[in-house]
Amino acid sequence: MSDWVEACAAGDIDEEDVMRFDHSGRTFAIYRSPDDEYFATDGLCTHEKVHLADGLVMDDIIECPKHNGRFNYKTGDARGAPVCVNLKTYPVKVDAGKILIQIG
Amino acid sequence: MQAGMLIIGAGECGGRAALALRDLGFEGPVTLVGDEPHLPYERPPLSKEAMTGTAPAIKAIATDALFAERSIRHIHSVRAVAIDRAGHVVQLSDGSSLSYDKLLLATGSVPRQLPMPGLGGRCVYLRTFNDALAIRAHLSAGNRVAIIGGGFIGLELAASARKLGATVTVIEAQPRILMRGVPAEIAEIIHKAHEAEGVTIRTGQGIAAIADDGKEVAITLADGQRIVADLVVIGIGAVPVTALAAEAGLAIDNGIAVDEHLRTADPDIFAAGDCCSFPLAVYGGRRVRLEAWRNAQEQGALAAKNMLGAGEAHAAVPWFWSDQYGLTLQIAGLSDEGKSIVRRDLDDGAFILFHLAEDGRLVAASGIGPGNAVARDIRLAEMLIAKRASPAPEALGAQAVKLKSLLAA
Repeated sequence: MSDWVEACAAGDIDEEDVMRFDHSGRTFAIYRSPDDEYFATDGLCTHEKVHLADGLVMDDIIECPKHNGRFNYKTGDARGAPVCVNLKTYPVKVDAGKILIQIG
Repeated sequence: MQAGMLIIGAGECGGRAALALRDLGFEGPVTLVGDEPHLPYERPPLSKEAMTGTAPAIKAIATDALFAERSIRHIHSVRAVAIDRAGHVVQLSDGSSLSYDKLLLATGSVPRQLPMPGLGGRCVYLRTFNDALAIRAHLSAGNRVAIIGGGFIGLELAASARKLGATVTVIEAQPRILMRGVPAEIAEIIHKAHEAEGVTIRTGQGIAAIADDGKEVAITLADGQRIVADLVVIGIGAVPVTALAAEAGLAIDNGIAVDEHLRTADPDIFAAGDCCSFPLAVYGGRRVRLEAWRNAQEQGALAAKNMLGAGEAHAAVPWFWSDQYGLTLQIAGLSDEGKSIVRRDLDDGAFILFHLAEDGRLVAASGIGPGNAVARDIRLAEMLIAKRASPAPEALGAQAVKLKSLLAA
């Protein structure tokens, strides 16, 4: 399966920010980087299942709002305690002002 | 042969320090000694998920397999009883001894004891996972729980006990709950949330007498009122574990006294986490002791660096959180450094209080709201505090002004 799903409009997310997106019982976080690219990861932190969409985006890092676990949202790499399990990432494309993610 | 690194105390701080030593490339022996039977684990869930979850389990910082893979020797159920500083040897309660090149004391804190006669087996404290299991056994529907102390442990437990259907009374000697470190405006929100959930809170009430007959406990308040409970949990603060350091001749000043590198006066002995007091750079070196999860984690990692000779000074801003019902409180900095307050309202009733010093510097931020509504702004406030910024009060107070924009200024 390689379904592309429309998540939101490109302008819905501020630069260097993150938004929650739910689809088919799953939850994701969609990011807009400071250089205006879009990325998507699983929505919940791998430490204690806290939603990352309430977290702070600084450059290419998303920080969990609860325990400050950090991930590179472009690659999903965990960046130090308390997180040690990487975050799953998903392909994203912008099409006619819409953000699409491939969640297959 | 190299004696290596010895860590006394296998909690959040000690566990993180051991892992950090390996992360930093140290290849010599690393030994972690703890008096509990468990792997190092996170304590914050003890008052929450460990009470309300279906199958309570420790949230271990690392598995046995990870410790083995990283050649970290974890010795459990054993206490350190003496330090021979000249010989660089620590004596353990099982009669054995361990030598060290560098020693980290991460001995943590223990609950402050209520100095009253009449306490029995139904009057308990919460510090360890085993304590949590013992409390949990009493939190069933219909049971009566009295909590002495309206601090974080007591209030989080009150919320968990209500969730399980117990009848809960919180008794606080001070005029309001959360007197220490939490602004009155935020304490009031939490107070009302507890009352709305059916908790009875008695503030400004000393305790005249306690009688525990093994079946139930009768508490007589200063005003004469009697509260009868099946279980009494005492949460009146924590005291640092310092006896080992004191007996070794190390200075104690509200905790094991360390410098900005978390080093004691003995160049080969460090202390970190709840057990130590240290100079807080962000407030001009004010000596503080913090009882907080993130501090334990950060200081464990910093101590590991400095045991390896990094000479890095502590620079973090204190931060902690508490979850009760659907509300989360987060505080960055120490609010008693502030002289005035600016309020910023967020969506869904959430708000943040910014605490400013006399010269306008932002010194702390306290926020409360549903879920993680205040998390992002508190994190940004923490960065502003670390930068010693003095943002315009109007900007702090206006939700439309992004805090991130103030950080760049």
